[in-house]
This record gives sequence, structure tokens and C-alpha cells, in this order.
Amino acid sequence: MSFDDAYEALTDHADDSRWAYGTGFADPLAGVDTAVPDGADRAELAAYCLMLGDDALIMSHRLQQWVTRLPELEDELAIANIALDLLGQARLLFARAAEVEGAGRDEDAYAFLRAEGEFRNVRLTERADADFAHLVARLLAFATWRLALLDRLTASADPVLAAVAAKGVKEVTYHRDYAAQWVVRLGDGTGLSHERMQAATDAVTPLLAELFVPHETELRLVRAGVAVDPAATREEFDDVWARVLAAATLRPFPPAASAGEAPAEAGPEAGPAGGLEAGADGGLDGGLGAGPARGLDGGLGAGPAGGLGAGLGAGLGAGLGAGADAGAGGRHGVHTAAMAEILAELQGVARSVPGGVW
Amino acid sequence: MSATVAGARTAADVAARVTDPEMPFLTLADLGILREVAETPDGVVVTITPTYSGCPAMRTIRDDLTAALRGAGYGRVLVRTVLSPAWTTDWITAAGREKLAVAGISPPGDAPRRAGGPVPLTLGRPARVVACPRCGHPETEEIAAFSATACRSLRRCPACREPFEHVKEI
Repeated sequence: MSFDDAYEALTDHADDSRWAYGTGFADPLAGVDTAVPDGADRAELAAYCLMLGDDALIMSHRLQQWVTRLPELEDELAIANIALDLLGQARLLFARAAEVEGAGRDEDAYAFLRAEGEFRNVRLTERADADFAHLVARLLAFATWRLALLDRLTASADPVLAAVAAKGVKEVTYHRDYAAQWVVRLGDGTGLSHERMQAATDAVTPLLAELFVPHETELRLVRAGVAVDPAATREEFDDVWARVLAAATLRPFPPAASAGEAPAEAGPEAGPAGGLEAGADGGLDGGLGAGPARGLDGGLGAGPAGGLGAGLGAGLGAGLGAGADAGAGGRHGVHTAAMAEILAELQGVARSVPGGVW
Repeated sequence: MSATVAGARTAADVAARVTDPEMPFLTLADLGILREVAETPDGVVVTITPTYSGCPAMRTIRDDLTAALRGAGYGRVLVRTVLSPAWTTDWITAAGREKLAVAGISPPGDAPRRAGGPVPLTLGRPARVVACPRCGHPETEEIAAFSATACRSLRRCPACREPFEHVKEI
């Protein structure tokens, strides 16, 4: 391995025994049979693995930031465990991407050495949580969506993706239950907790539309039987979201009128009309570089939470959101301002001490 | 495995006795993560499967298996990882379940099965009945679905008032 660390020396001794573990970067797919299915383009399969891996990595990182700040010891354990599961999924997906890409990169290169515009995670994963209610609202949305995706991905023609998904389904089922139970407990709690939980789910809503917009790479791999069309997860997502919020006595989506009054980012032009305009501009899709797409983002005046999204969120229930922000989201490498902060923390050591070991 | 005569151990016997780094009272065979041991002309090929995607013990397990087999005289050892079929707590052996209970960790019940359709959502407390591994009280309550390792949840017994860990069903 090119990313040897101090402990590598210990494990390379004759007996291969170690006094500690979790310190090395072993290939998590070591020995896994890894043929590429017929009809799947290697570069596209690698890109798809990175999309799903980046979602897991960035969400995991945001969850890790909560550790030592959570309200109860049990929640520390829960969030740390969920973050660990997602990190494990990211590692498997990166290892698969590395293998099919065949360009000599490894999981560390993907995590630590890519630029912001090369990350393909949806923006929901980047969001900083203002409080614990925001955390569980965002986790509920993420886990509900990812569970629906992974469950369908178990039928993938790619044997590694199918296997990673089958393991992931078991894990994310617990993640979703954890988040859902907290949303219900806080939503159906005191007047204050209800109000704050409602504010949290309302704040997440604008980020949901992006989850169901397929990238062209995804669509091509859907045809090869390898990928899942995220649009196909919409019905299950809406059903679970509505059930949890109903049990929590929360309204599932912010009232349409509030979209125009949404705080900060949503300027007057960023209402539903703005969203539809962006859809017409979907030609930027092809522009994979962050440059042009970022320009679009800036042009619309989207702040960290995306003024564009705020307008779409109001229309989600009415089905207005689908496709409206194609080409301008995380799957195309266009991220919110929060992403730079995440990468500064995630990549700081790897970039300041290239190839460093200790 | 327990009937093996010392000094006449096969590679499978050696591998089966390697213990889990996080629960050292359990062997890899008890846990069901040791899937296959084959003695081939090219050496011993051991196949293992991770419990959870992020299980940090996988590398130690690989190292421990290699060390144990080399120590038993097998010069060439290859440890393979399989992801499919995904590990389930149903693979924990009867002996493994007994050892867990002795260690104060309640063993898992049957893994959830699904007829089809979306993964069911659990909004209330899980209906599963788990007895206390310390006092035997038949019903206990879940404190948290997550605990010190990925595979365990945290529960409490209303009778003896002790908290304990439970291997959660997956």
C-alpha cells in the first residue's frame, strides 16, 4: 500500500500481529471478486460509486462533528456508530471505484486529494446542523432516501454494488429508525420541542428535491441494470416522510406562502419561477467542471442552503421540484459554501503533509 | 472442532479457534464470520465476511488469522473477504450464543425477515422480547439501539436494574 503508516511496520513483521487496530488503511475489498458487468462503462461505474460513496463520506463527516456535543451518552454512541457505518460504506464504494477506474488511485486519494468540484455528494449531506432537531431531521431525510436507494441497488448487475447495498440496507434501517424516533419524540413533545422540530424539518425540505433528480451517468447505468434511478425512490420517501411527520404531529412541508418569506438566501427571484428557469437551462448538465455550473449557482444567488432549493421545496408536494435543478446540484460537483469548510477539515492534514506518516 | 486432538489440527481447526478482537471470548467460527477454510496447493485460503461495513476489526482479524496459521506451520496464507451474502446474526452458533450469555451480553433473536416491499419503519419501541442475561427476568427495555460496538444495543432490566448489552439482530 502506498499509504503506509507507523503501524504498517508492526503488521509487516513475521507474525503479522498488532497491538492496536483501525489504524491502517487496508483495502476493504481485499480478495473480493470484482468483475465488471457487461454493458457498464468502467468510467461511469467508477463515477457512480463515487456519488454514493461521497454521500456517505460527507454525511459521516458531518455526523462525526457532533460527537462529544450530543445531548446524551446514548446519542453519542448512536451518532458515532451511524457515522462509522457510513464511513465503512464510503470505503467500500471508493475501493470499488478505484478498482474499476484502474488509474492507481485509492480510497485515500478520493477522500483527501480531490477538489471540491470533483465531489459528487448531494447537498443535503453538507448542511451544518443548527441544533439536534436539525440533525435528526436531516438524518431522517438522508437515511430514508439512502435506504430506498440501497434496497433497490441490491438487484444491481454489479456484484460488488449489490453486495455493498445488501450490507448497507441492514445498517441504514437502524439509522432511519433512530432518526425517525427522535423526530417523533421531539415533534410530539412539548410546545417548544414541537416548534423547534417543525423548524428543523422545514429547513431540510428545500434540500429534498435534489435527491430525486437523476444524473445522466445514473440514467445510463440504470439502462445497464447497474444503478438505481433516484426518481424511483420518491414514492417510498414521500410515504415514510409523511408517516413519520404525521406521527410527530408535524406538517410534512412548509406552507407554500412561507417560501417567499424564507430566511436569507431566498430572494424574490428564487421562487418556483426561478427554479423552472434553471430547469430550462439544464444544458449545463454536460458541463461537468465546477466552473460553469458554479456560475449558474452564483447567478441565481443561491446561498449556503440554496435559494433555488428554497423555492423548490415549497413545490415538492405538488411535484414541481422534479428535474428543476438538474445540472446545478451536488451530483454535478456544484456544492454549497459549507462544502469548503468540510473539506478544509477533512483534507487539511493530508494536504499539508502530503504522503505523511507518523 | 472441540474434539480435535492436539497436534493433529487442520487449517480449518486453527482458523476456527482465532478469537474476535472485540469479543475475545468468541471465536470467528462462533460469530459466523469465518465462511470457509480451504487447503490448496498454493496455501491456505481463508474466507471471512465483515459484520458491519465499517467494522474496524477486519484488518486485525486478517492479521490474527494469518499469524495463527503461520504459527501452526502453514507457510502460505491468503485471507479473502466476501461481502455477499451479507453477514447475519443468525450465523452466530449455539455455542457462540451461550458464550455471549455467560459474558453478560444477551444473544440475538432471529434476524428480521421481509416478505417483500419497502423496509418496514419502526416508530415505537421494538416489540422484541429480550430476557435479562444476568437475572433471567423475561422482559427488558431498550435504552439505545447503538452501543460500544456496531453490533450491540444497550438495554436495561427492570428487575435487577442492571444495564446490559444485546447483540442486535441484522
